[in-house]
Amino acid sequence: MWLSSKKQTKKPPNVQPETSLLRLYHRFRALDRNKKGYLSRVDLQQIGALAVNPLGERIIDSFFPDGNLRVDFPGFVRVLAHFRPVDDDDSGMRDPKQPEPLNSRMNKLRFVFQLYDLDRDGKISRHEMLQVLRLMVGVQVTEEQLESITDRTVQEADEDGDGAVSFLEFTKSLEKMDIEQKMSIRILK
Amino acid sequence: MLLASLPLLGLPLAGAATTEAPTQEPGSSGEPPPGLALFRWQWHEVEAPYLVALWILVASLAKIVFHLSRKVTSLVPESCLLILLGLVLGGIVLAVAKKAEYQLEPGTFFLFLLPPIVLDSGYFMPSRLFFDNLGAILTYAVVGTLWNAFTTGAALWGLQQAGLVAPRVQASLLDFLLFGSLISAVDPVAVLAVFEEVHVNDTLFIIVFGESLLNDAVTVVLYKVCNSFVEMGSANVQAADYLKGVASLFVVSLGGAAVGLVFAFLLALTTRFTKRVRIIEPLLVFLLAYAAYLTAEMASLSAILAVTMCGLGCKKYVEANISHKSRTAVKYTMKTLASCAETVIFMLLGISAVDSSKWAWDSGLVLGTLFFILFFRALGVVLQTWVLNQFRLVPLDKIDQVVMSYGGLRGAVAFALVILLDRTKVPAKDYFVATTIVVVFFTVIVQGLTIKPLVKWLKVKRSEHHKPTLNQELHEHTFDHILAAVEDVVGHHGYHYWRDRWEQFDKKYLSQLLMRRSAYRIRDQIWDVYYRLNIRDAISFVDQGGHVLSSTGLTLPSMPSRNSVAETSVTNLLRESGSGACLDLQVIDTVRSVRDREDAAMHHLLCGGLYKPRRRYKASCSRHFISEDAQERQDKEIFQQNMKRRLESFKSTKHNICFNKSKPRPRKTGRKKKDGLANTEATNGKPLRDLGFQDTAAVILTVESEEEEESDSSETEKEDDEGIIFVARATSEVLQEGKVSGSLEVCPSPRIIPPSPTCAEKELPWKSGQGDLAVYVSSETTKIVPVDMQAGWNQSISSLESLASPPCTQAPTMSRLPPCPLAAEEPQPPFDLPYDPRPSFAFPPSLAKAGRSRSESSADIPQQQELQPLMGHEDRTHLSPRTANSHWCIQFNKGGRL
Repeated sequence: MWLSSKKQTKKPPNVQPETSLLRLYHRFRALDRNKKGYLSRVDLQQIGALAVNPLGERIIDSFFPDGNLRVDFPGFVRVLAHFRPVDDDDSGMRDPKQPEPLNSRMNKLRFVFQLYDLDRDGKISRHEMLQVLRLMVGVQVTEEQLESITDRTVQEADEDGDGAVSFLEFTKSLEKMDIEQKMSIRILK
Repeated sequence: MLLASLPLLGLPLAGAATTEAPTQEPGSSGEPPPGLALFRWQWHEVEAPYLVALWILVASLAKIVFHLSRKVTSLVPESCLLILLGLVLGGIVLAVAKKAEYQLEPGTFFLFLLPPIVLDSGYFMPSRLFFDNLGAILTYAVVGTLWNAFTTGAALWGLQQAGLVAPRVQASLLDFLLFGSLISAVDPVAVLAVFEEVHVNDTLFIIVFGESLLNDAVTVVLYKVCNSFVEMGSANVQAADYLKGVASLFVVSLGGAAVGLVFAFLLALTTRFTKRVRIIEPLLVFLLAYAAYLTAEMASLSAILAVTMCGLGCKKYVEANISHKSRTAVKYTMKTLASCAETVIFMLLGISAVDSSKWAWDSGLVLGTLFFILFFRALGVVLQTWVLNQFRLVPLDKIDQVVMSYGGLRGAVAFALVILLDRTKVPAKDYFVATTIVVVFFTVIVQGLTIKPLVKWLKVKRSEHHKPTLNQELHEHTFDHILAAVEDVVGHHGYHYWRDRWEQFDKKYLSQLLMRRSAYRIRDQIWDVYYRLNIRDAISFVDQGGHVLSSTGLTLPSMPSRNSVAETSVTNLLRESGSGACLDLQVIDTVRSVRDREDAAMHHLLCGGLYKPRRRYKASCSRHFISEDAQERQDKEIFQQNMKRRLESFKSTKHNICFNKSKPRPRKTGRKKKDGLANTEATNGKPLRDLGFQDTAAVILTVESEEEEESDSSETEKEDDEGIIFVARATSEVLQEGKVSGSLEVCPSPRIIPPSPTCAEKELPWKSGQGDLAVYVSSETTKIVPVDMQAGWNQSISSLESLASPPCTQAPTMSRLPPCPLAAEEPQPPFDLPYDPRPSFAFPPSLAKAGRSRSESSADIPQQQELQPLMGHEDRTHLSPRTANSHWCIQFNKGGRL
């Protein structure tokens, strides 16, 4: 349902008064201060808590792929659709020919992966990993310790020995985790 | 003998009832002789504590016996066995004493037996999981318990009205509600005992278990309210009383939680200042938690809730503040107390059931109660789950619901409460007692026995223990942040939003306030995982390497499969080779299952084996704090050393490379400690080394020490990262000191080590000579040691990585060296002594051999061991100035002050 509605996001959202979609639309309008019909980076940056979030900037970036400066409602929803919970019934009945839904495990992972992979080369390099860790670990750990953590983290996931983590390796390192659950938000159902 | 002791067993645990104690004084001579008694038998003076001790002893022995057979314990939960044992013992007591001597006293139970169990479960509760499921837990605990109490009570009353309960059971609706309220609560002790062995998945476990803990508040309130209504007489109950009853639910639960949190705060704050008195840290934890329990009990709030919240709330800060040893002490003491209390409770339950004088059997009531509690529990679970699933991200499926319904065990709490009833006010008390006993026995024995097969049969998702990896930890944090961010974007202030908020608040204020600064710095989850991983690797590597490397000379099981050395991070090696040793203390944390016990046993075994060589020194360290620390460091060092050595030999053999640098460096971390230890402990007076050496060392070091003048004494701990600091400072000071005071033993450390020992030796005087220092050292030990190891590990790993590149000669190796190769090399020349393994060096063959052999066989010469460390030590000193980050500087300063 949401899946279909998502695909039809080109239509004006109010045509499909799905509750969560509607809610998102209201939110979209609220964020869009000047009623310009799209969101700019600044609009998102105004969300107070995002500024404190260590990954806030990167998450905002993910709303603006390919250097776009604005995101319209479909784009907005498409990003958030990654966080829909996975419906059990979905997976069984899905038409194999259809592209994977955005909230599939792979796509959730890809979303995260892209937060790490700043230069979009399909690999999390040691440097990129270091940057993420620096964001996450907080001040109390020294640079040197950070480096060693980074080394170890990369090493841990790196299977082909190229000193970087590819998407495949990334998914493998998270194999045991319940991504579907950890990367979902209930209200987006 | 046995017969004689049996009546004693029958005595009440609480000393209160000592009067009825069997007057058995085998040794006492009828009338004491007028003169000086050569031998007096004073049983009465020791009776109460003696009996308590005996009880516990019997319970523990019984446990041991149960676990002799793996088969039995895997089929039958321990709680069942204990209850049965209690029945048997009770029977014997009854037969011998002709009357039932013992029963589970509510006073003893609530004041002494219950708190340890609750504290244990609260303290070790996986807090993240708990809060993730808090909604469900609260629903089941509050709504579920209310539902169970009222429906069961009402249904029993209906049963009576229908004439199915014998008319001699005189009970009104209120009585039945009272009974319902006490019989409806799922019991934490019973649930824990059974579920721990079942290993259902975490979510299911935390829901059932969390419910059993939190429903205490509801049970207490319901029980008290009903009880007072019964005592007032139903006619006198006014509408206002009902309102008060409802209000008291909030007062009792929130009040209990508040008391717990206040004490958690106090506890955390107190431990912040225990740096100099590490010894009392574990005591503080127990005292304050117990104080929380008693305070809540005193104010007739929910004591269980108070302790749970106290444990839950303080853990993070306390763990950060107290020393490593204290942490272990707390953990083990808590587990010991809890399992002890649990054992005794179940055994006493069995014994008290024998006391038929308190029984009054009514089949209708018993069967009705059994049926109703099962039925309404199931119904309640299904209804609540249906509602909850509307809001849950991951719905609880039918199988979960079955386990939850079936896992609603009743236990000692219900029994203690029913015993507390006043027979004059509740005429049907005897019937209620009998029914409660049957219900408890039924749930613990029948359900306890069958739940395991049931879980298997239903294929309930089991909990899977996988080792944490850095990646998982990191990504999990990422997920949290992402979800919080997405909630922000969506504009929905949900769980993630508030959790994020809380974390920020905690980081900004709470942690700052409640953690000592040094601890706060080190406290980071990712860092934590990293740290633990390294330690575990190190340990398991030693374990495994001990067999594999020494015997086969270099082949790790995993080796054949690899073609490139590049991947040989130690971790990988270990992981793939699947070394059996699980040294992660964490494991002990979570479960007390058989498997984990084995792991623990393994751990001990390992520890024993590994530490042996150093043990001989122990006797010489009389001082409490310091000596222990020293010991610890030594132990760790040995680990590290061994590992390094193995790594090295492994590498070199593989590649025929000589690893000059990598080797010495890792060791140096350990060295400093060793040196210190060696000095303090060294009993063998070895000749002093040449002063010349010391001087050189001193010079070098002095430079370093000067740099660091700003350090805080308070920050001592944080510096743990670098062992180097100590050495450096020590040297400079030592020199001065040593010259000034002739009394100092500069050279306690092994003679054999010519060059590097200087520093170490200097340290020695410093350490042993100054009381203050001692204190510092002790406080730091915990943290320092690990850090050192880490550093060592990092290096070893990085060196391994470097190996990955084509096998090479020295030059490449050097280039690969971690941050500070240059520094290391410079200082060398002066130190280059025959034995010095350092920078350019190739390990002197003899030394290397010695080291290896030593590692292989525990019986080596202590001196040899020390040799290597010392050499490493030097490296450290030299390296430190260059590599030095701010930390080091600070540390140095301290030394200067001292």
